[in-house]
Amino acid sequence: MTEMKEKLVFDRPESVIDRPTHYCPGCHHGIAHRLIGELLDEMNLAENTLLVTSIGCSVFLYNYLNVDAVEAPHGRAPAVATGVKRSRPDKFVFTYQGDGDLASIGMAEIMHAANRGEKMCVVFVNNTVYGMTGGQMAPTTMIGQVTTTTPAGRCQTHEGAPIRMTEIIASLGGVAFAARGALNNVANIKKSKKYLKKAFDFQLNNTGFGFVELLSGCPTNWKMTPLQANERIEKEMIPYFPLGIYKDVSEEGGVC
Amino acid sequence: MSKTSERIFVKGNEAIARGALAAKCKCFFGYPITPQNDIPEFMSSAIIKAGGDFVQAESEVAAANMLLGAGATGVRAMTSSSSPGIALKQEAISYMAGSEIPAVVVNMTRGGPGLGDIGPSQGDYYQSTRGGGHGDYRHFTLAPGTVQEAYDLTIRAFDIAYEQRTPVLILGDAILGQMKEPIVPWEPENIDDNAGRDWAINGRTDGREKRLIKSLFLEEGALAGQNKKLQAKYDSWKGMTEAEQFETEDADLIICAYGSIGRIAKSAVRKFRKEGKKVGLFRPITLYPFPKKELKALAEQGKRFLTIEHNLGQMIDDVRLAIRTIADSDFYPVYPGNLPTPDELEEPILNCLEGK
Ligand SMILES: Cc1ncc(C[n+]2csc(CCOP(=O)(O)OP(=O)(O)O)c2C)c(N)n1
Ligand code: SF4
Repeated sequence: MTEMKEKLVFDRPESVIDRPTHYCPGCHHGIAHRLIGELLDEMNLAENTLLVTSIGCSVFLYNYLNVDAVEAPHGRAPAVATGVKRSRPDKFVFTYQGDGDLASIGMAEIMHAANRGEKMCVVFVNNTVYGMTGGQMAPTTMIGQVTTTTPAGRCQTHEGAPIRMTEIIASLGGVAFAARGALNNVANIKKSKKYLKKAFDFQLNNTGFGFVELLSGCPTNWKMTPLQANERIEKEMIPYFPLGIYKDVSEEGGVC
Repeated sequence: MSKTSERIFVKGNEAIARGALAAKCKCFFGYPITPQNDIPEFMSSAIIKAGGDFVQAESEVAAANMLLGAGATGVRAMTSSSSPGIALKQEAISYMAGSEIPAVVVNMTRGGPGLGDIGPSQGDYYQSTRGGGHGDYRHFTLAPGTVQEAYDLTIRAFDIAYEQRTPVLILGDAILGQMKEPIVPWEPENIDDNAGRDWAINGRTDGREKRLIKSLFLEEGALAGQNKKLQAKYDSWKGMTEAEQFETEDADLIICAYGSIGRIAKSAVRKFRKEGKKVGLFRPITLYPFPKKELKALAEQGKRFLTIEHNLGQMIDDVRLAIRTIADSDFYPVYPGNLPTPDELEEPILNCLEGK
């Protein structure tokens, strides 16, 4: 008889603290956290990292990652991170922001930090809704999507069209890297990790601003099962928010 | 211990910028608004030459939040603005107070409400001493009356901010900012740049536990605990009050006035003294904490009071709170939009002195 031995193929990254998260079942924030944790380990960054968290379901990211962190007011994370990076240019600095946070109240801060080419990274979680406050419309809410403040579905003539942030960010001068990934299946998750790594690399070699949008599910506020939420990302979100790299200065030549 | 250098002739705004550099301010975040533009303009080259960094932010909101980020790393940092801009900075100031982040904020006030004018005013007293943002908090507020004092108090503001882990406000106005006077610059020695403090986020490079700077306290009782801690800190500032007393000893009438109005009232007091009239000046230098004890001691000596402000009655509340069990204070408002002179103050002082 051959002896069966267990082989550990998947474990918790060291940068991720061993504690249960507060996220709803099927929420993709946890996957995004894990990707970041894996990269902090693989790139040996945890001890050198200063994290800026924002408001929204993800505010507690600082409880899950084993790095120094400061909490920013709603939408202001890119300004706070600017202050952090300018005062400690030797540190690895990143923000983690939802779509309400980044594309609504914090629109000015993200645009200008990107345009100045701050040497930092922004992880932008787009779940087309305000999660924490209970499912209100976000700037990224899809046309026809029912939210608690668009009970008849978002209407373009009344609420405007969903904003495509990565496209906007990619058009700004100081940006070194901008890409959109999704967290709905394994292939997309792997690609998203590659994008994050690229954005991180650009900061480490001091090139410019790195931006990664991650299309994510919020089954609770979408009133869907986790599997239905994954399907919605594929069928509704990706066609409107196409995945891929929108700017990569290593291919085009540097920023400044 | 300090090192002084040659006298220089500078505007109040420049004195503040130079004071910040002497205090080893390493980051400055600004946004243009009259009458404080000299500060960011001066800093845009001087702080870079001094090895620091300058950012012209996209708004006052962003500038104050940049300050929050820099303060969280323990690096000495500052922002400056004027009334409408300071209103926008209140968001970050509340967050900095809540998460105990040190910072120096300069307000060279102008007339309001709204867009008002670009002339001097003291209309931001309530906002500066009551916590202009949301929640229960206070911060240190220092009110210089001369250009030299603007320099000196800026250095002091950094020390207080980093010792107490709190935002500190320097409250000047368009008169102080635009007025040129000779000053003797000096440099404090042995500044603790806070690099070794045990709270700042600077990376776990030494293998220590992670640090977290935040103002969100959701667990049952946690926010109450944080508020208790903050209130205890504010209470401990009671012994740090400062006020100038000029000819108060034998005075019958005490003028209470701060900042530029304090300076103008002093000229009026000098004139009355020449005429043998027993008038004195009490000029609070710390507006929060307010020098209550010192003022109450004067009330106990049976003095009468006249509060003069370049607003419609704000500090008068603090004066009354300080002396309320013994005396009251009359009030003379200089309307924002008018530029006061010592002559203008003479009649109300005389009326008060003669009990009219
Ligand atoms: C100044 C301010 N306005 C409003 C809020 C309330 N608020 C908290 S989270 C949130 C929405 C967050 O949505 P999003 O950024 O999409 O993050 P998610 O919860 O979906 O992860 C809002 C409006 C706040 N905290 N501060
Ligand atoms: S509300 Fe939505 S975004 Fe927030 S934890 Fe639940 S699923 Fe995730």
